[in-house]
Amino acid sequence: MATAEEVAKAAERRDVRDRWLLSAPALLVILLAATGPLLIVLVYSFLTPGAYGDVKWQFSSDAWTSVFLERDIFDDTLSLAAAHVTIFWRSIKLAIVTTLATLALGFPTAYFMATRSEKTRDLWLFLITIPFWTNLLIRTFAVLQIIRNEGIINTILLKLGIISAPIQILYTDTAILIGMAYVYLPLMVLPIYASMEKLDFRLVEAGYDLYATRFKVLRKIIFPLVKPGVIAGSILVFIPALGAYVTPSVLGGGKNMMLSNLIELQFGQGRNWPLGSALSITVMIIVMVALLAYVRNAGKSGVRHG
Amino acid sequence: MASNFSIKHQPGFTTIAATCFVVLYLPIVVLVIYAFNAATSTSEWGGFSLKWFQSAYQNTQVIDATLRSFQIGSIAAVLSTIFATMAALATTRTASYPGLTFKYAAINQPLMVPEIVTGVALLIFFSRIKIFTGYSGIGYLVAAHTAFCIPFAYLPIRARLENMDLTLERAAADLYATPWKTFRRITLPLLWPGILAGLMLAFVISLDDVVITEFVKSGGQDTLPTYMLGQIRRGITPEINAISTAFLLLSVAIVTLFFFVSRKRD
Repeated sequence: MATAEEVAKAAERRDVRDRWLLSAPALLVILLAATGPLLIVLVYSFLTPGAYGDVKWQFSSDAWTSVFLERDIFDDTLSLAAAHVTIFWRSIKLAIVTTLATLALGFPTAYFMATRSEKTRDLWLFLITIPFWTNLLIRTFAVLQIIRNEGIINTILLKLGIISAPIQILYTDTAILIGMAYVYLPLMVLPIYASMEKLDFRLVEAGYDLYATRFKVLRKIIFPLVKPGVIAGSILVFIPALGAYVTPSVLGGGKNMMLSNLIELQFGQGRNWPLGSALSITVMIIVMVALLAYVRNAGKSGVRHG
Repeated sequence: MASNFSIKHQPGFTTIAATCFVVLYLPIVVLVIYAFNAATSTSEWGGFSLKWFQSAYQNTQVIDATLRSFQIGSIAAVLSTIFATMAALATTRTASYPGLTFKYAAINQPLMVPEIVTGVALLIFFSRIKIFTGYSGIGYLVAAHTAFCIPFAYLPIRARLENMDLTLERAAADLYATPWKTFRRITLPLLWPGILAGLMLAFVISLDDVVITEFVKSGGQDTLPTYMLGQIRRGITPEINAISTAFLLLSVAIVTLFFFVSRKRD
């Protein structure tokens, strides 16, 4: 006879086994068509480029060397690869500026939404959700039509006589920045709104009772309380902005390469799959550093306000 | 005087919010208006016309790409929703068990990696498989889409499950219902809104994908977004506006449905 304890243990083991079986298909698909291939990228980054794309199975660390360095074709000396450094710097800079811009615009927007009456809140949420669900390419295309030389902004300014020649915005870094801020804004607003919705305004009231100014209440009470939402929003914007492909391809016009275009180039005309792989891994490392910073920060600001 | 003091007011916030909403919608509105433009140029207004919709409709490449998008989207959405539902059942309403954290991480992994990296990884991986098997059909796109749709489908399903306690299921078990019967008669009906929301989210995510599809597709396997990207790079015509408008209409319809499904309280 099994004791009650043994029976319970067996049931628990069966439960855990069933739970593994249930999650197996999802895990398997992700392993096969998302996570697993990332390891192959790592392997490829240590191989030799093939003549017509793909790779030769021969170990080489050249790809990693040429992520940031370039070898002189005459005397074999290594120097900083200026082109790559420029592209890395531009991508990181644009991703950071996009994150800050969406934060500056998204925080007040989320606050506005969260302070509406219970009934209208859903409507505002709906209005911010629609762009979020709308195809990113279409939204980028919409921005293109607004900012190009014959677009509505330049046409109006010309007609009003404010400018005499159209301002060239399209195909500049500014265009990429405007486009990314536009398409990623809902990703910033939604998590901040989620935090803001739970904000206890009695704390704000208490702040005013103690003669705090509006700005002080914002800085000392509201901001710390919704910080998890701010951090989540920043991560949600920063990751896709760093690897953005559609926005720079459409609005940057090929001249202003970002990381994604540089990677794509290695798999196309560049025919240097190992370098493309090494660059991809580098992007992932940057993202992981950002995520780690996020996790540590979120852990710290977690349960401080009881 | 004191009664006029609103604790919720912050100077300038309403102005910024209003600007944001206007700026979010203005480009889309302009895009839709120009879809009805009779002129061939996208900068002049030549009167109202439906001719660009007609020309898009008669463009076999557009129809082809649209059908392919729907095909991939529906298969990937259904598969990812089924898998995500199973995974959600396996990862909620339980005490922590070995591997639970790993499962969370694995399921959310596609969200943590920039699309370009996943795209490159799949390009390399699938090109190997193509050489080995000789198969170059639509299956690769379906597999890729299913994988990155799983975390999206998982979100609303898990959220719904976490708000359901086990009382009803336990009651059913007490009344000698088999686990399968309990699932079909109790869990599934209660979970249904979450599953539906997950399905729609997955479908839209698949329909919207550009980057991963661009890297995974073989020749002649354009989906609507990759076809549009190719056209936009070549130069813009109002036909793209017309296609975008139709696409937008579909997205708005789905999001409206999603909103009602996921907001419905029982």
